[in-house]
This record gives sequence, C-alpha cells and structure tokens, in this order.
Amino acid sequence: MATNVIMPSLGFDMTEGRLARWLKNEGDPVGKGQEIAEIETEKATVEIEAPAQGILAQIIVHAGETVPVGTVIAVIVGTGEKVEAVSAPAPPPPAPPAQAPAPEAGDGGAAPPGARVRVSPVARKMAEDAGLDLSRVKGTGPGGRVLERDVQAAIAAGPAPTPPGVPSGPAPGATVPLNRMRKAIARRMTESKAAAPHFYVTVEINMDDAMKVREQLNALAPETERISVNDLVVAAAARTLARFPVLNASYREENLEMHPRVDIGIAVALEDGLIPPVLRDADKKPLRRIAAESRALTERARANKLRSDDLGGGTFTVSNLGMFDVDEFIAIINPPEAAILAVGAVTLRPVAVLGEVRIASMMKATLSVDHRVADGAQAGRFVQEFKKLLENPVNLLADQADPPPGTGQKDGRE
Amino acid sequence: MAQKTYRDAVREALREEMLRDKCVLIMGEEVGVWGGTYAVTRGFYDEFGGRRILDTPIAEEAIVGTAVGAAMGGLRPVAELMTINFSLVAMDQIVNNVAKIHAMFGSQARVPLVIRVPAGWGQLAATHSQSLEAWFAHVPGLLVVMPATPYDAKGLLKAAIRSDNPVMFIEHARLYGVKGEVPDGEYTLPIGVSDIKRPGRDVTIVSYSRMLHVALGAAEELAKTGIECEVIDLRTLRPLDMARVYASVEKTHRALIVEEDWMTCGMGAEIAARIGRDRFDSLDVPVERMGQVEVPMPYAKNLEELMFPDEKSVAQKVREMVA
Repeated sequence: MATNVIMPSLGFDMTEGRLARWLKNEGDPVGKGQEIAEIETEKATVEIEAPAQGILAQIIVHAGETVPVGTVIAVIVGTGEKVEAVSAPAPPPPAPPAQAPAPEAGDGGAAPPGARVRVSPVARKMAEDAGLDLSRVKGTGPGGRVLERDVQAAIAAGPAPTPPGVPSGPAPGATVPLNRMRKAIARRMTESKAAAPHFYVTVEINMDDAMKVREQLNALAPETERISVNDLVVAAAARTLARFPVLNASYREENLEMHPRVDIGIAVALEDGLIPPVLRDADKKPLRRIAAESRALTERARANKLRSDDLGGGTFTVSNLGMFDVDEFIAIINPPEAAILAVGAVTLRPVAVLGEVRIASMMKATLSVDHRVADGAQAGRFVQEFKKLLENPVNLLADQADPPPGTGQKDGRE
Repeated sequence: MAQKTYRDAVREALREEMLRDKCVLIMGEEVGVWGGTYAVTRGFYDEFGGRRILDTPIAEEAIVGTAVGAAMGGLRPVAELMTINFSLVAMDQIVNNVAKIHAMFGSQARVPLVIRVPAGWGQLAATHSQSLEAWFAHVPGLLVVMPATPYDAKGLLKAAIRSDNPVMFIEHARLYGVKGEVPDGEYTLPIGVSDIKRPGRDVTIVSYSRMLHVALGAAEELAKTGIECEVIDLRTLRPLDMARVYASVEKTHRALIVEEDWMTCGMGAEIAARIGRDRFDSLDVPVERMGQVEVPMPYAKNLEELMFPDEKSVAQKVREMVA
C-alpha cells in the first residue's frame, strides 16, 4: 500500500514549510523512521522521517519549494508496488539514469575530483552524533576516506577556534538580510509582547546545597554524564509546574488550555539565532535523564540536526544566561506558553544567614508571566516552591529512582 | 584437564553416545574392521559388534540413503563419508531427503541422522582436497557443524547425535592430531552458538575449523605489535550465530572473515553481507575476506602451500585494515 509523506506541523503556529533538501532519491529504499528529507521552518531545519518502509517512489515537492502543512510531499510504496494516484499528480518520472560504476572497492585510489567525501559508516554516525561537519574533517584512510580515528581527532580538537574577545557577527556597516529564524524571532517576540501582558517576579536562591549535590553527583559520573546547573533548574521548574499547573497553560480566546504534560523548552543560543528544543515530560524524568536529554537536544540544536519531535509543543521555557556572567535578566514569553524563567549566573555573594554575614552561592531567577493566565500571587507561590526545591535539592533526587543505565536513551537504531 | 587429540575427542563422543543409547549405530566405508580411514572408530567393531558398526560398500548415495531409512525408522545412525569430496555422490540423498523429509512429511517422519565427514587436503590434488561446507550451509533443513578444537568437537558431536534434526558434522583431516583440553566426563555444547576464542579490541576475525588456528596464530603475532584481534569461532555454519560477531564489530569496527573454502558464494560472503546490512553504521573499513585461491588444487606441494591464507598473510591483511 502506498503511504503519503506529508509536510508535518512542527508547532502550534506552523502553517507552511520549505523543503530544504531530499536525503533520498526517487527509487531509494527507505526504512520506517529513516530520515528522508530536511525541511526548513521558521524555527529550524529539521529532518523528516519516513512514515513507512518501502521505496521512495515519487517526490512531489522538490528542494526549494514551500508548501502548506499537510501537503503530500512524496509517496512511499511497498517493494514491487506501483505509485497510485496522489493528490498532486505528476507524470511518473523515468527511472533514474544508471550511475557510472563506482570504482572497485579497495583499489586504494584517490577519490576523483568532485566525488563526494568518502566517509566510513561508523565515522559518519559518530560525526552525526557529535554534530560535526564532515566536510571539515581530513580523512586519513584509503583515497582520503574519513575514518573513525579522524572524527575522534576532530572531536578532541574541538570547534574551530575563533579569535578571543571578538564576537562573531556581520561586518560593521553591512546590511544583512534576515534569515528565517531571525524573522520568526522578530515576529513572535513582537506578537508576544503586544498580545500578552507580561509581569515579572524575581527570586534569589541560595544554591550552596544544590552545588554540593551537583558536585557529589558529578564526582561519580563520567565527563559525558555530568549534570549542569541548568539541569537542576529545569528539573526544579518542571516539578514545580507539576504542582502549580496554572502556569503550564495557554491563553486562548475565552479559555485557558491546561496542558496535560510538562514539556520544557530549553533556550539554546545559536550563531545566528535562538531555538528552544523541548524536553518532554520533564517533571517525570529523573535528574540524570534530564541532563542526558538536555545535552543531546543542545548538541542537535547547535548542529542544526534537530528532529521534528524535538521542536514545538513546549509548555514552559527556561532561558539561562549564567554562562555569560549575567546576574539577572527578564525574558519575553515564548507564545503560546504562559511563562518563561530567566536564570542568571551562580555567584558568590555575602548573605545574611542566621544573623551572620556569610558567603554563599547565589542565583537569581526571574519569572515572566502572561497576566491573562495567572496573577502575582500565583507567580509568587510558584517561585517560592521553585526556590524551596533548589535550596533543598535532595527533593529533586528523592521522587524518582534513576532508571538502570542504558534504558530510555536509545536512539532507535538496532 | 586432560589434553586430548581432536581424533580422540570425536572417538570419545561416538563411544559415549553408543554406550548411552542403543539406537546409535555407525555406518561407512572401512569404519569397522579397519577402524576408520582416519582411525576414529578403531576398536569399535570389537566393542560393539557388526550389528552396530557397519562396513558398507563404496557407494555414498547408498550409505546416506540407508542411514535416512534407519533414522526414519527410529534409529540414530552416524554415517561416515570418507571425505567431503565423496559427499558429492550422495548430494541427492543429502539435499533432497535428509534435509527435507521432516518438513515434507509434516513432522510425521524425523531424520535424526549425523553425517560425519572430514574436509581437508595434503597432496591429494584437485578432486580430493575440497572444503565445500558452504554447499551444505546453503540448504534449509540441515544443521551444519564444523568444529575447530577437540573440546568443541566432542561437545558438539554428542549434541548432534542427540539432535532430532539431521546434522552435517564436518571434521578436518589436518585437525585430527591437534591437541586441546577436553574434560573427562559428560558434556554437550549447543549447536548454533559461536564462541569467542580470543578477545580483542581492534579487529574482529571470524573463522572456523582449521582456519581458526591460523587466525589465532596471526592474532598472537599481531598482539606483539599492539594490535589486538578478537577471534570468533563460528563452530556452527547453519544456523549462523551472528550475535557475537555483531557485538564484536560494534567494538572493533573492522571485520575479517578467514575461511579455507573458495570465497565466491562462500561463508565469508554470507557473513559479510549480514554485517553490511545489520551493522553498517559500525564499520570503519570494508569487511574483508580471505580464502582459498580459486583454481583447482594443484598436486605439487609448493603450489599447494600457496593456496591458503596463512598466519603471515592474515596478519598482513589485519595490518592493512588498521593502517
């Protein structure tokens, strides 16, 4: 049976998407869940997965075209089947021309000019997982093939260095056309500020115990599984939301839509914009899982490799500028969410503890709230609970047991 | 643990099973009075008598056909073919009867039959030096076992005799004198389970039968230069147990299959295809194969020695794969 591939909706407000690139050609076999195309939305470039196994029989929407959500963009048929009529019929394409025979494997010759970069499968997968651009990796294998060791070396070397102190950005005096992401940020933030009456509550949190807990957890964890301050913040915010569902809501005309799940958007700064990939069911996940997923989301966001289900449908956002030594800031709500939490750096400050001045690790967080959804007292109770959780961080660990290692973090490949 | 030869291990398995189960009998050319072409059944005729140790005419099709009938009738015959080259004469019985009767009679008939047959070479020239195990591994309905060590040979032969399915049990003429540890007392090994004979992290070498020893020798040599090979012994060629191979390739990202047979349409081709399909994302270099030069075997000793992978050529191939 033929299966239509449609332009997916990646969020509450997505109406159309641009087909950026096909990753498969007509006639290619595809597995269910395999990435077959990249589409560009206002927010990001995401990969679409094949909804069924079979042959990519017909591409209807070609690279570069923009179509409304729901449009059939391709048809997948079972092996041996013919393409049935689809909503946007096109003459069946001729069979793809036979490709020039590839050079014998193992001939050891250099890749001919213009040939695609030769990459071993494990190197390709490793680079993908690390968000590494393979075109910048020099291959040391036969014919310049990029091998596992080359990718390992590139990852170890870290990103290409930028001169210290020089912020990246367009040259002074230039006029830079807005990319889709910039346009989307401009439109959505303006809409948010215009439509949602914001009010703000700020709280200062003693992070001494939270930092201690984090230190203890990280002392026993490998480098790659460390827990960040932001993971603690996300965990505390999600658990607080579960207790105060009024802020886990959206204002609709005449109604409040109460969201059944706590899906936290984590604002990730990119070279040319900002994106909030979503950590699903964050209130139900143990801290280590939150850390692992958050790390994976951030890496995919920076590599422009977010999947369609990484985006959209968030119910609350956490934005953290602590790494830039920002003490505190005020964020604009990401509509249609009801609130956003802006988190500053953890800094050592003198504070009064039991009548004495002591030095403590302090962090400020400011909650921006849509006043149509909630009022000051509700916001106050929210930040009070949030503060209580972070100041008594054992509670972040007590409610769920970590699942056994290896569960819940499969990437779906077998 | 006692050191025993491969020959003694096979003999022990046969003798123990004959003592354990009166339905087990042995038939073949020179298995009785002469004691077996490779002396595996020496003494059996005196111990068990002519009703259970049957010398047959030189007619392999008849040997296997008779054994099939005996098996269908409730006995557990072990038919010995003098070498795998002569199994070609019995191919119709093996492929069309041994492998299929169980299915074609809707399980009303069973063929609990073991065909013991040595592969191997040694100045026997083109028609008597073949491997051919892939021919049998090709056929659904057969179990194909090809052990490399005395321990495996004994445990697997006992399991084969007890199996209700027909088993091609392929020995190797040049392994009969190889010694290894074989525990005293009863044990069997599961058919269809491969074995890691040497753990390593750099390259996976998949092998079986005599070539396992070549692979282990190469691995030993390579270890001196810091290259650690994981050597996997398939032990059973049908059904293929790929789980250990896959786990190993996930670790090493490199696979080399070493077989004694010709490579075209051989075991290595099958294993390479499965790795390529199921562990594509684990590979760092193409899957490599080594096997016999694809010409009829020459008689001359110096030429014969050039026909097979040896420790040196396997080690060289591994070095290329990690280069």
